[in-house]
Amino acid sequence: MRLIQFRPEGIYCVPGKFFIDPWLPVDIALITHGHADHARWGMKKYLCHHFTVPILRSRISPDIQVQGISYDENIKVNDVQVSFHPAGHIIGSAQIRLEYKGRIVVISGDYKLQNDGLSTPFDPVKCHEYVSESTFGLPIYQWKSVERQNEELANWVVHNQSYHKTSVFVGYSLGKAQRIMKAVEDTGPLYVHYSIHKLNQAYESVGIKLPKYEVLDFREDVKHVNQGIVIVPPALVDSNAIRKIPNMAYAICSGWMTVRGARRWRSADAGFAISDHADWNDLLTAIKLSEAEKVYVTHGQTAVFSKYLNEIGIASEEVKTEFGEEDDEIVSAKVEGNVV
Amino acid sequence: MRAFAKLVHALDSTNKTNQKLEAVHHFFREAEDKDKLWFLALFSGRRPKRAVSTTLLREWAKEITKIPEWLFLESYSSVGDLGETISLLLPDPKGYMEYSLSEWMDKINQLPFYDEYEKKQFILKVWGSLPHQERFIFNKLLGGSFRLGLSTKGLVNAISSYYNLDASIVSHSIMGEWTVQNSNFEELVHGEYVDSNLSKPYPFCLAYPIENIEETLSDLSKWQIEYKWDGIRGQVIKRNDEIFIWSRGEELITDQFPEIVNEVRKWEGDFVLDGEILAIANGEILNFTALQKRLNRKVLSKKILEEVPVGMYVYDILEHNNKDLRNESMSYRRKMLESYFVNKQLISIKLSTIVKSESLVELSYIRERAREINSEGLMLKHKDSVYHVGRKKGDWWKWKIAPLTIDAVLIYAQKGSGRRSSQYTDYTFAVRDNENLVTIAKAYSGLTDKEIQEVSRFVNKNAVEKFGPVRTVKPELVFEIAFEGIGWSTRHKAGVALRFPRILRWRKDKTVAEIDDLESVKKLIH
Repeated sequence: MRLIQFRPEGIYCVPGKFFIDPWLPVDIALITHGHADHARWGMKKYLCHHFTVPILRSRISPDIQVQGISYDENIKVNDVQVSFHPAGHIIGSAQIRLEYKGRIVVISGDYKLQNDGLSTPFDPVKCHEYVSESTFGLPIYQWKSVERQNEELANWVVHNQSYHKTSVFVGYSLGKAQRIMKAVEDTGPLYVHYSIHKLNQAYESVGIKLPKYEVLDFREDVKHVNQGIVIVPPALVDSNAIRKIPNMAYAICSGWMTVRGARRWRSADAGFAISDHADWNDLLTAIKLSEAEKVYVTHGQTAVFSKYLNEIGIASEEVKTEFGEEDDEIVSAKVEGNVV
Repeated sequence: MRAFAKLVHALDSTNKTNQKLEAVHHFFREAEDKDKLWFLALFSGRRPKRAVSTTLLREWAKEITKIPEWLFLESYSSVGDLGETISLLLPDPKGYMEYSLSEWMDKINQLPFYDEYEKKQFILKVWGSLPHQERFIFNKLLGGSFRLGLSTKGLVNAISSYYNLDASIVSHSIMGEWTVQNSNFEELVHGEYVDSNLSKPYPFCLAYPIENIEETLSDLSKWQIEYKWDGIRGQVIKRNDEIFIWSRGEELITDQFPEIVNEVRKWEGDFVLDGEILAIANGEILNFTALQKRLNRKVLSKKILEEVPVGMYVYDILEHNNKDLRNESMSYRRKMLESYFVNKQLISIKLSTIVKSESLVELSYIRERAREINSEGLMLKHKDSVYHVGRKKGDWWKWKIAPLTIDAVLIYAQKGSGRRSSQYTDYTFAVRDNENLVTIAKAYSGLTDKEIQEVSRFVNKNAVEKFGPVRTVKPELVFEIAFEGIGWSTRHKAGVALRFPRILRWRKDKTVAEIDDLESVKKLIH
């Protein structure tokens, strides 16, 4: 019997009778992390890492039935041994390991190998079959070190201050926004949009300390943020709200900003290639570390990446899923819903 | 090269004109004279000949990165720029090479004297010694287009505002054939080489599409009205018995049109004329597809010269016996121009005819029938107007005939380049040919950014191929395509070629069953 199947509802564990990150309502859903394309509405029961619990309650509903689990803790679900291991993507993000009759499958969700200083660092897990993303599965994507990235963000803020400008960062409200906050800590007064504040609370509720900030209400006057630092979610790009910010210089933080064309397409004042996904080399490293004999590629550059894996002798197959809609962190802003 | 890299980065990161100006001014304050000259040369299209082929650059990049050809191509089609792709693929540099822009250009100009092995040694050393942004610029310097976020007009404005000069003077000063080696930046932009340069053309005066027709043309007697021709706008210069023909793109095209040169040679005196180069057979103007056969040929055979004879319709005179006439009125210049045509037996050069009309109604009628003589519509020039530099509203207007349109379906999509490399922006359209679809046109513009994103999403979901730059898509999206003209063509499968096709609008209300068929498209050719 195959341990997992790719079903219309999502990735299914056959002997365990549960789904991992399903996109249609099911009975039992194991959730790799709190991003909207992986943690969806309508499951009877959710199982996720402890840190993901407050995120799900905040994003889906306070009333959902959800059970938290620690990293490396073993539990049995219908005879399948299940454990969660750090994926390094955002807080609480996990690679889910399934073991049944000596066969091991790991569903990695989204992951990165760089240590962002907020998420528990990625921990490789050996397995027979590995389910991997490939958002940045092209060799043009090679991230700079986190120290260098943080330095660039902080320098940009200082540069703007010398021109009396307000630094506005656009970044996903769960994960990216908090990284930006950390990177620019102590360079100036920090303001964040309400949707980010809501997720910051989830961070703080599990004991993660974030820099001091103020919540910015765009329905009111926002002139006081002048020359400070503002962080907003992607949904606010091109909105009237963002135009109220005085003397704005705005930067987009996303892995897509690697390519000049993508930066200019968004016509931002600056683009920083900062991502919560693994770059090309780290995707390959993670897969090699898993020692898997078979790799399923779920979203992103699936065709390219699995072709390459096959060429270097790692059996691979692409799988159609509904993760990473548009595979674009900026376009996917709309999955965050009505944030203004 | 840090200063230049900073400038390129700054130009790249904003589309606000003021910030671009600021960045250029900053560079002017900091850079050495020779660096400024190179900046000017590169941004005005005067780069040296490519010394290392792109094929070699690709081979070496693949060798270093150890990635297969197909993956290199996937990367390339995702980035849309070869120099940038290579720079992104290469591993981080180990050291740093500190040279100014002009020092780099000197090194690059040495490359033609190297053999292939030496070239490779040099390029690989540079690739291993520059951070991404500078490595990317280096690759751009090696050849290929160098249009990074600053138009010629923006460049001229930056210089004129920095030195407090008139934009038209700067435009004039930096045109023509100067070299970095023989020039000094300050002297060049101040126009000190102008007189010594016989070939130097004037910037073209351009027209805006007409607005408020009735109000603008309330007094027709104030306007000089001519046909607007769809050929190549050109400037013919005769000074000291030397003849030069410039295109609007600031290219010297003298050798391509011997008919014009031979006839002008017989004219006395020195002058600069502005006109339209057209294919003319037996006194009739042919459409642009005919003229196209004559363009960009290395050798002009006797056969092609007979098949597509070329001539020029002259609109204006800008210089007469070394006197700049551009600040004289249109009516003065016209009189002067007409005097040139008195008692001359001319075959290839003709005076642009004045369209006479008593009323706006009559004029509209003339305009509507312009296509019958392969004209694009009318040009209206105020009789008091001077010859402006570039586009200026009010004195000159173009009043074009409405474009032809067809409904066609999207069948192929390709990612754009530069700013558009993240989206599918280049489309191929088809019309019906009995039971089949046949390609009719390619178009690159006309949609908003939002619409482009929407089409890109459709392409991602409905593409047949997974690899390579071109995606075949389900024929489902219907667009209205506008174009200026249509002619027979043996090069295209449909047997016709459209002139200036572009997307007029997305017909979300139409299905593929409602697109035009080839027979009805062919009927548009007269």
